[in-house]
Amino acid sequence: MDSAGTVLQLLFAGIGTGSIYALVAVGFNVIFKSTDAINFSQGEWVMMGGMVAAATVTATASPVWLACLFAVLVVTGVGMASERLVVFPIAKPTPLLITLISIGLAICTKSAVMLVLGKNPAGYPGFAGDTAVHLAGASIHSQTLSIIAITIAFMVLAHLFFEKTLLGKALRAAAADRDAAELAGIRVRSTVLWSFGIAAMAGAVAGAIITPLTFTSYDHGTMLGFKGFSAAMLGGLGNLYGSLLGGLLLGLLEAFASGYISSHFKDAVAFLVLLVILFWRPTGLMGTPAVEKV
Amino acid sequence: MANMDDVMTRPATGATAAGPRRKPAAGGLTRDHATLGAVWILLAAFPFVAGNEFVVSLGIMFCINLILIASLNTIMGFCGQISLSHGAFYGLGAYTSGTLSAKLAVEPWIGIPLGMAVAALSAVVIGLPALRLRGHYLAMATLGFNAIVFVLFNELVGLTGGPNGLLGVGPFSLAGNALFALESMYWVVWVAAGLVMLAILNLIRSRVGRALRALATSEIGADALGVNVFRYKLVVFVLTAAMAGLAGGLYVHYNQFASPETFGFFTSVMLVVMVALGGWGRYWGPLFGALIFTVVPELLRSFGDLELFLFGLSMILVMLFMPGGVAGGLEALAGRFKRGGRS
Repeated sequence: MDSAGTVLQLLFAGIGTGSIYALVAVGFNVIFKSTDAINFSQGEWVMMGGMVAAATVTATASPVWLACLFAVLVVTGVGMASERLVVFPIAKPTPLLITLISIGLAICTKSAVMLVLGKNPAGYPGFAGDTAVHLAGASIHSQTLSIIAITIAFMVLAHLFFEKTLLGKALRAAAADRDAAELAGIRVRSTVLWSFGIAAMAGAVAGAIITPLTFTSYDHGTMLGFKGFSAAMLGGLGNLYGSLLGGLLLGLLEAFASGYISSHFKDAVAFLVLLVILFWRPTGLMGTPAVEKV
Repeated sequence: MANMDDVMTRPATGATAAGPRRKPAAGGLTRDHATLGAVWILLAAFPFVAGNEFVVSLGIMFCINLILIASLNTIMGFCGQISLSHGAFYGLGAYTSGTLSAKLAVEPWIGIPLGMAVAALSAVVIGLPALRLRGHYLAMATLGFNAIVFVLFNELVGLTGGPNGLLGVGPFSLAGNALFALESMYWVVWVAAGLVMLAILNLIRSRVGRALRALATSEIGADALGVNVFRYKLVVFVLTAAMAGLAGGLYVHYNQFASPETFGFFTSVMLVVMVALGGWGRYWGPLFGALIFTVVPELLRSFGDLELFLFGLSMILVMLFMPGGVAGGLEALAGRFKRGGRS
């Protein structure tokens, strides 16, 4: 393979995984915006999206896209139910308490998937089968292109949702100033429910579209969540467009680190660069510094 | 965003509940010192009542876990900072002393202090940039650091043995005689854990401790009162990393083996959870946290695949109904008892 082909290959691999990280990061950001908490179950919803889609494909022989759609709906429901079950009942919610409870939720979600769907790795073919596209000496899995297209579509829809719809505006208002939003007639507690739904949906979409490339099993969620959180921090926690930038950057860093340095050390290299960027720009690439009043 | 830092840096139920009752001035012996002494004398009796070796080995792990959780509680509870790399500091302590012992036959008495120094030094490197910032940045920086260290444990096969683990670590020895007996190992960790608990008690009762409580309540407020917030946070972060390194050194020479998974991201998260379950920012909290961390997995083992689910569920329930952890729950119970049930 010539060097231009290698670069192109790595570029697409990076954008593909980066898109997934970006979707996971959106989930982190939406919940962070509404609760100020870091949601540790985000990664488990990603895994669950892939696992439910795989189980549906196996059980009903339905087309992959339909199974993925079904999985996204199921996981969105699980996300909202989780909020009602473990976050809503908190007497005095603080960000730290929600963060800690989300760790418990992550453990429960992971083991519930293991108990119901088993421990075996699962997968299914891509939306266009397992075909490859050849481009200037690079061979790109068709699913990578699907991932990129779906991520772009999801980001555009998310943008429209937050800018144009009443619910989206209410969510933004509640995130900006809870008391003022409450005074304006927005039910702030129920915006948390919606944010869990949206976060679970973003996670499930990511999980459903990455599984044809990587397979998945019940223990895959933690790592994906961890990467998504890093992408969210890199882009600037709480910033939707930062998620996209952070996700893509992290994906590309990993791809090029494994291509040119060593695939064993790709995580170490990616995180080293991430730490350096964070120390240089603490609020992330697109974040704005918080002004704290006493 | 504005209220995030404010809330993040404050223990769940307000900093006034944090730490032991603050009556006497710094220095000198207090009721907490007396209680600590009594508890440690009781713990000394443990190997005699344990009955079998398995229970003694649980006692050893309890002491090691206590060092980890108590030190993490100091940075989390008293500085209001979440550190997600305690597993990495634990691992650096273990692999430094373990590798020196396995490759160069260095004695644990020299290897463990070196391991503590390595953990402390890495905490300086992470803490210098990360602790200048408030909010989730220490969490992110420590998370990334833990990931990097984990990759190094796995991939520097020549030094660490890689994913198969580090073999051939020597046991503790005293005057040339290896301390193979579990009881003698128990005394070693018992002394170490007692010293760590005493050091933390003295730390939080000192001028540093008062500064820490001030900054846990309001970092900006403490800053305005002339507390050098950054320096105190850094000193405590480095000290607690060294304590985690000590726990690692004790662990590796007790186990005579180390494998990367023990020090991964999951361990770091679980330690944070145990700090919260025990009682965040409460001096006696880690005692309960370490007990849960050591004993509950053993109790749940018989449930097989249900183990993890039950663990997560009980964790959610404790956090929902006892947000101050076990220590907080007991405190509330004692308070109600003192008032004679009138409330």
